[in-house]
Amino acid sequence: MQDFLQHFINGVSLGSIYALIALGYTMVYGILQLINFAHSDVYMIGAFSAYYGAMLLGFQNRPGIAALVILLFFAMAGCALLGFTIERLAYRPLRKAPKLNILITAIGVSLLLQYSGQVIFGADPKVFPSVLQDSVITEFLGVQLKVLDVAVLLVTFVMMLALHYLIYHTKVGRAMRAVSTNMNVASMLGVNSDRIISFTFALGSALAGVGSVLVGMKYPKIEPLMGMMIGLKAFVAAVLGGIGNIPGAVLGGLLMGLSEEMVVGYLSSTYRDALAFGILILILIFRPAGLLGRGGVEKV
Amino acid sequence: MLRLLLPFIVATFALSACTKKNTNEIMIGQYGSMTGAEATFGQATDEGIRLATDEVNAAGGIKGKKIKLVTMDDQGKAEDAASVVTRLIEQEKVLAILGEVASSRSLAAAPIAQNKKIPMISPSSTNPKVTEVGDFIFRTCFIDPFQGTVMAKFAFENLKLKKIAVLRDVKSDYSVGLADFFIQKFKELGGEIVGDASYQSGDVDFKAQLTNLKGSNPEGLFIPGYYTEVGLIARQARELGLKAKLMGGDGWDSPKLSEIGGKDVDGSVFSNHYSNETKDPVAVEFINKFKAKYNKLPDGLSAAGYDAAKVLYKAMAATSDLTAQAIRDQIAKITDHAGVTGRITINEKRNATKSAVVVEVQGASNKFVTTISP
Repeated sequence: MQDFLQHFINGVSLGSIYALIALGYTMVYGILQLINFAHSDVYMIGAFSAYYGAMLLGFQNRPGIAALVILLFFAMAGCALLGFTIERLAYRPLRKAPKLNILITAIGVSLLLQYSGQVIFGADPKVFPSVLQDSVITEFLGVQLKVLDVAVLLVTFVMMLALHYLIYHTKVGRAMRAVSTNMNVASMLGVNSDRIISFTFALGSALAGVGSVLVGMKYPKIEPLMGMMIGLKAFVAAVLGGIGNIPGAVLGGLLMGLSEEMVVGYLSSTYRDALAFGILILILIFRPAGLLGRGGVEKV
Repeated sequence: MLRLLLPFIVATFALSACTKKNTNEIMIGQYGSMTGAEATFGQATDEGIRLATDEVNAAGGIKGKKIKLVTMDDQGKAEDAASVVTRLIEQEKVLAILGEVASSRSLAAAPIAQNKKIPMISPSSTNPKVTEVGDFIFRTCFIDPFQGTVMAKFAFENLKLKKIAVLRDVKSDYSVGLADFFIQKFKELGGEIVGDASYQSGDVDFKAQLTNLKGSNPEGLFIPGYYTEVGLIARQARELGLKAKLMGGDGWDSPKLSEIGGKDVDGSVFSNHYSNETKDPVAVEFINKFKAKYNKLPDGLSAAGYDAAKVLYKAMAATSDLTAQAIRDQIAKITDHAGVTGRITINEKRNATKSAVVVEVQGASNKFVTTISP
């Protein structure tokens, strides 16, 4: 029982990170029906922005709330700027092109970021600055609840609620929903859809930035290829929950984290990644639209 | 268009093939992870090899010819190791090859060197299979059956641990082999293996495995992996309240280990090729030269790289005609070479028999604990 609870906490904590990154995939898909493969590398750039930002301000070794805020700021700003630029330079010129072209461009951007990262930052892993002093909050049934795990979960839920509010209770959110329903009609009704799409990219990328700081906090080793696996899994999480659906991404992320942790805990770590993609295949067979996705008719 | 360009293309290739030849130089190839997740392995080894090469060149080279070292980066990937070694042999026309640190990469490259009959010396690949590839493949370090025995004996006899768990990297030939040899010896000594879990290099989350291992209450945890993961494993083990003594092999040897692991790796022990605190005159001289050239202390891999290069150059100097076959035969005859990492004798299986040291991690430096002879 004690083991199970510990696995559960580990899983939720890992899952909430997947969820944050999955949110970025899902938002972009919701609005453009584009799987933005570069998202996982935007996440990597977030970690490095925070790393160099902290170095610039001398925050490598001064854990505390101030460090958390500053690192989050650098990561979110770096990611938002990059997401905006990628959309502007790589995706917007292809807006009218077939969906496949833009998908392949996304893969290209992803590889460009990964390998430029190796050239610029060096392929050697860097040590992420310590953000929060970890300590035990409470102990029940022999299981420790730690500051970091709670912080990760808390940040994820705050971000999800903020996002929900933004999309359903603000003007810009309404515009986003309008563009996602039908870009042309929204444009005719006075929504500047290009600007909304840019905004969506910046926002989704900023969330990846938050994810990168949380990962850096928990696993303080960052390198230019760090986005690959976690990005793929977050993508699976987004599909699992129903791509384009915000609570779905969070549910998918948590499920992914939990099932991974349970598989390693009770079966074998060799199956860890196989499981992630096995789940994807199963979901696509039985619920093509994902757990919370709307099974709508594809518009042709 | 192509018809017009073709002569130029052919000419460029032909030129590039013949401009490389310089009869006053001996081409020696080196491949390693200069970048990638295990970049400090390649860089440290390269520094050691360069130091040895500069020394030999400063003393007049070999048979009046200077050594030209060509270093190729395999980015820490086995498939790249195979392709850069092909390039070293085919394009750079090297006479002999030095490399790699990681056994998986040496294993990928060794068959190519063997096929082309180019001698290859690995400075620090410890998996037994590496030199079994063929008679042109050598190493100047001990092998995992010995390294596993060293740690098992040290854990059982010096640390008096009776219950140990193992956490191995299933993607690495080195890690799997070392774990098996450790387990075999530890059981033979009368110890108990209470857990055997695995991870894959590249993972960042090890909590599930560690939670399971914690349940079996081990006194020691043997992690025969590489420093990138070990640092994170140590952190997460302590976070989960696992207090077992952490132990490992020469894959831990990197300044990054304590950077990533912080104070959580302090007090852990691992077997290594050599320690900075040695009093051996050959090693002291090496450390001084290394400090003068690079302005820092060498780690075990630099020392191993230096030894491998020195053994190769010694063998080359002993040949009459500097052919690959003659070099191979001379390497096989190396006996009692006074190396930095100990006295090196190449045995009939083309491995070196020599002693290992056990060191304890203390911040950025490693403290010498004991030497264990074969």
